[in-house]
Formats: sequence, C-alpha cells, structure tokens
Amino acid sequence: MNGKTANVGIVIVSHSPLVARGIADMVRQMVGDCVPLAWSGGNVHGDLGTDAGGILKAIEAAWSDAGVAVFVDLGGAETNSEMAIEMLGLPRSALVSICNAPLVEGAVIAAAEASGGASLAKVVATAEELSP
Amino acid sequence: MQAEPVLVAELIEVCRATIAENADHLCALDRAIGDGDHGTNMRRGCEAVSAEGESLSSLPFPDAVEKIGLTLVMNVGGAAGPLYGTLLIEIGRELRKSEEKADFSLVLKQAIDAVAKRGRSHAGDKTLLDVLYPVHAALAKRSPLGDVARKAERSADRTAAMKAMRGRAAYLGDRSIGHVDPGASSCALLTTAICRYLGERRPDE
Repeated sequence: MNGKTANVGIVIVSHSPLVARGIADMVRQMVGDCVPLAWSGGNVHGDLGTDAGGILKAIEAAWSDAGVAVFVDLGGAETNSEMAIEMLGLPRSALVSICNAPLVEGAVIAAAEASGGASLAKVVATAEELSP
Repeated sequence: MQAEPVLVAELIEVCRATIAENADHLCALDRAIGDGDHGTNMRRGCEAVSAEGESLSSLPFPDAVEKIGLTLVMNVGGAAGPLYGTLLIEIGRELRKSEEKADFSLVLKQAIDAVAKRGRSHAGDKTLLDVLYPVHAALAKRSPLGDVARKAERSADRTAAMKAMRGRAAYLGDRSIGHVDPGASSCALLTTAICRYLGERRPDE
C-alpha cells in the first residue's frame, strides 16, 4: 500500500465496517499486494454509517499516481465519498473516480483489472459494465 | 451579518440545544423511513461544533461558518453530514467573497444550490431542500423572522405527502409517503430556533 506502484488503487466504502473489511479481504486474496487497497466502514464511532474523514484517509492510504477507484454501497456512502474527494483537493481529486457498480463484484473485478496495469478509465469501465 | 463572537457562540448553543431536545423525535422520524439515526448523528455533530465554540468565536464570521460546516461533515456522518456541511461551507465562502455588502438571501440561494448539486436532488424529492427553498423564498421577500420560521415548519410538514426520491427513504418508494422527512424536520427545527433567537436579540429586524 504505497504510491510507488503504477497500478490503480481501490477503496471500499460501506456503512458496515465488517462489510468493508470483508470485501477488502476478498480483493486482497484475489490480487495479492500488487494493488493499493484500503477500506472505510462505519461512522466516526465505528457504528453503522459513513464518515467523510475516514474515507479521505482510505483514499490517501490506497493512493496511486495512476488514480483510485472508489466503491460504495448506499447513498450516504456516495455523498460522503464525493465530499472526501473534494477535501483531497486538486490535482489529486481529478484522479479519483466513484464507480457505479455493485460493491463486491465491482471491487473484485476492478482490482483484477488494476492488477494488470490498466488505466483508471479502463478499471472504472470494466467495473461499471456489471451495472444493469 | 455581524462578526460578533457572542453571536456565533450563542447561535451554536441555540442549535445544539434544539437538536438535543428533539434528537429522539428525529430518530423516530428516521426509523419510519430511514435507518433511525438522524437525531443521534445531528446531536453528535452539534456537540462537536459546540466543543470548538471558543476557537470558532475568535474567527471572522465567514471563516467560523465554513469551519462549522467542515466539523459537521467530519462528525455527523450519513448523508446529512455532507449536506449540512456543504450548506455552511458554501455560506461561509460566499460571505467571504461578498464581504460586508452581503445580501444574505443571495448567499443562501447559492449555498442551497450547492446542497442540491451535492445530493443530486430537487425540490419535491422529500429532503431538507423542501425546507431550504421556501426559507430562502421567505428571506428574499424580507418576511418577518416569525413568518420565516412558520414557513419552515409548514414546509417540513408538507414533506409527509411526498414520495422520497433520494436517500435511504427512496428505497421504500410509495411506502415513504405519509411520513415527514427527518432531514426536512431537523432543518425546520434549526431554522425556527435561529429565527427565534435573532428575533429576541434584534426585535426590530
């Protein structure tokens, strides 16, 4: 998990810390350490919810100069992720995309794509193909 | 808008107390069509702002408002954090840009538009926007503060008839009809408390 890799980073955001961590575990098993990966789940107290500050930290932890793809579950996760990306500030915020894709399948397939060195646009497009 | 330290500190306290008194009610509204934590989340956010009250009071008014917004983003969580946060951050930024000649209703309009953009919502979607837009309209025509507050309350009540299009409640579809939106309700409570405070403090306005 450092910025030296050329591979796109993956961030998992869920209202549940268990869900976020579980999906991150699945992704890690699929692709090993070659993709920067981080998760944020729950509110500031670790209860169900989302937390813009925590998401910001996760994006920084999974930072890659190739960009970061963010996967979210329900509405607040998306709104808080957008807020976190704004707080990241330019120019880095332009390299972060929220994917309109199912959380589990999207994150796994995006990570597989990212592990092959695909661009952020390609990683996002591959994940979003899963959406109806 | 004056940058009196006491005004900032008192407004923070007025808002904190209102949310604390009504937190259970807001949670009950949210249990009907959301996940039941709107009151808890708002109370946590207001307490975080309150804890920073002293340092906020020493800032110029626009900076204090922006910082309150950021504190809400970081502490409220859910969708309400970024929505209320965006409202205050934008009010702060717009006030700073317009300096002393600020027409507050114009500043508020720009901030409300930023909230709408953040939530990708419109009037009628059963959100806090259904209170914010009428409040802006009342301020724009210089209604007395008491009328602004009553309009906020009535507007929140009207969300009961709406079908939720955004937020957790949207997953319920038609089942969201018949319940007042918790975000609209907290927004009306805060508007009413602020109007009452300003009315008592500056009865001539």
